[in-house]
Amino acid sequence: MNRINNTEHERLTFWEKLYLPEIAKGMGITFRQLFKPKFTRQYPEERWEPTGSYRGRPVLVLDEDGERCVACGLCSRVCPALAIEVQAGETEREKERYPVKFEINMLRCIFCGFCEEVCPEEAIVMSKDYELVFTSQEDAILGKDKLLVPIHKLQDRLEFLREYK
Amino acid sequence: MPILYIDGREYEARKGQTIIEVAFENGINIPHFCWHPELSVAGNCRMCLVEVGLVKRLADGSIQFDDNKKPIVNYFPKLQIACATEAVDGMFVRTNSPRVVKAQESVMEFLLINHPLDCPICDEAGQCKLQEYAFKHSTGFSRFDEQKVHKPKRVIWGPNIIFDAERCISCSRCIRFAKEIAKQDVLTFVQRGDHVTIQLHEGTQFDSPYSMNVIDICPVGALTSRDFRFKSRVWDMSFNDSICEGCARGCNIKIGVRNNEILRVEPRTNPYVNRFWMCDYGRLHYQYVNNNRVIHPYSRVENKLEKISLTDAIELAFQRLRAFHPSEIMFIGSAKTTNENNYLLVKLATEVFNTQNIDLFEHYDEKFGDDFLRCSDKTPNLRGARLVGVYPSETSISVNKLPEAIKSGKIKALYIIEDDFTEFPEIYELLDELDLIITHQYNFNLLTENADIIFPVTTFAEMEGTFVNIDNRVQHFAPALVTKNNLRYMGMKMSRLDKFGAHNDRWTKFELRDIHPSWYVFKLLANRFGSNWNYRKAEEVFMDISMNIEGFNGMTYKLLDEYYGIILGRAQNPEPKVPIYESHYMKP
Repeated sequence: MNRINNTEHERLTFWEKLYLPEIAKGMGITFRQLFKPKFTRQYPEERWEPTGSYRGRPVLVLDEDGERCVACGLCSRVCPALAIEVQAGETEREKERYPVKFEINMLRCIFCGFCEEVCPEEAIVMSKDYELVFTSQEDAILGKDKLLVPIHKLQDRLEFLREYK
Repeated sequence: MPILYIDGREYEARKGQTIIEVAFENGINIPHFCWHPELSVAGNCRMCLVEVGLVKRLADGSIQFDDNKKPIVNYFPKLQIACATEAVDGMFVRTNSPRVVKAQESVMEFLLINHPLDCPICDEAGQCKLQEYAFKHSTGFSRFDEQKVHKPKRVIWGPNIIFDAERCISCSRCIRFAKEIAKQDVLTFVQRGDHVTIQLHEGTQFDSPYSMNVIDICPVGALTSRDFRFKSRVWDMSFNDSICEGCARGCNIKIGVRNNEILRVEPRTNPYVNRFWMCDYGRLHYQYVNNNRVIHPYSRVENKLEKISLTDAIELAFQRLRAFHPSEIMFIGSAKTTNENNYLLVKLATEVFNTQNIDLFEHYDEKFGDDFLRCSDKTPNLRGARLVGVYPSETSISVNKLPEAIKSGKIKALYIIEDDFTEFPEIYELLDELDLIITHQYNFNLLTENADIIFPVTTFAEMEGTFVNIDNRVQHFAPALVTKNNLRYMGMKMSRLDKFGAHNDRWTKFELRDIHPSWYVFKLLANRFGSNWNYRKAEEVFMDISMNIEGFNGMTYKLLDEYYGIILGRAQNPEPKVPIYESHYMKP
């Protein structure tokens, strides 16, 4: 019976079998890093500010004269994950329609940004908010109170959209 | 019979037909906004422009041929509107030549110049003829940089209609509808050019009982419903075919549903019943399906209604009914419910109880009827109910004799389904003298306050069945709403939200009612009394009807759907199928 001997044990040289030189080599690399500049971010204290192109939590734009959203329902229609639910109502403002209810289920949201792309009023945009922690399924459904963000906090994204959308 | 050629194919026209009519009957769609088969021809949208020509003839009238033996056609230098050009013999029509396409694109560009970009706000979006054509017959971009004309928005035209002048494309369909169909000539064009708009005559309002049909025929969102305003997007709703049960006409309708709630009702074309129209009453009286529903069986214990299970309710009804002599029980069917339900009620009364005390209340309102669609008979199925056997024999007790019979103690128990005594208030005072009242109800009402056992049952929107309308036409309808027991009836349409919702989505938290159609309750009750009924669905009850009741012979649900309902006794030779005109053909 032919037997081909090619186990790992057979392939290793004597020094390799000892492992000690290899450990020393590895430690050498580790110690070298001590004297190089550090990249680690001290996260909760030290935060990262994304650029305008970042797609974080979708939010509604709160303009000087109120919310921009007219509850057309296109975001809800285009959302591939069905995360958005809109219920329209009538207002006295020039644009007759407004969202009585606007809910985004953040457990469904996949941050694709289609809602922002389809929005005819530039009312829903992806914010820089990436800290999404919920303690229950119900908490993950964000209503209008949590979604409306003043426009000055969203300038970066709006400029990005105007340039590239 | 004039013979004409549309896009190179030969078609035969009837004398006096216009090109667009011939094209429509032969399945060619010529784009149009203002033409409607039921209305007079206005010819003012210019969308249906086609190239028209006649064969070249010699002085003696013979046709001139070219070298390839084809007739030489002289096309008119200007395009003609297909809706107002009569088809004549030897006419050649091109509906999609480059000239025609260019004309259509130009017309669309003109129409869109002053049309506001309101689609996100507009209720018509998603079912808009202008949107459809902008998608299909337009270049896709605008060259117009100037200010759009501003006109009044949110003009109240009547109790049910709101008008937005900016969105109007002046097709005049509403003006013609008001004048010709609704017979309330209150609308007119005012101003000229791009300032043209539609106004009501001074001091009038458009409050005809048929006013809401203008919402359907309006090709844009200029006319919208005040009731439905902003309730939902059309693409979030499911539309299932049904029959209106407001009166005996039996108009064909579509029920628009979201979250298992009826949001609107709109007419469905049936050339033999309602054609394209329905009345406002029929559209707006769906609220009883959504609200105040009985969703549990109840029994009365010490003058209070208590929820019980369906099995217990059947058992209780069995125990209580058994105590009476059959002639002491009065069965009251309903002209408001289907043939299937009434048929099994009759079967229950005659076969299980062996009594002929069966009758129903007729609900007439002379003020309601008119000479168009509305009937004085405000129930959808009086004829059907009578036909399947809901009538007393000569010796038994009818509803007219009922008050006396209750007073004299001849009738001690009342089994009444899906009806109440709203129009017969004198009976309410006698209810205390009865020992037992069993009722099937949709809503809590004065009768449920007096009843001993209440079974919750499905309304027309939640079950399958047939109605027989005033012209003896048997029409089938299917459920539009979901209950626990019809969970997705075969073929029921679902909206996208319905389809993909999960249990933890908030939009799926609708009321899933645990209710059955009346015939199912009769089946349980009859089987408790020892019969052996094994109907599994309404269709099987209808098969029974079509075998046993004269007039229904040979009818099946499939056949009824296919021929838009069939007149009694004409299952073998139903009225012919005709092409159905859909104004907004992309409408869900």
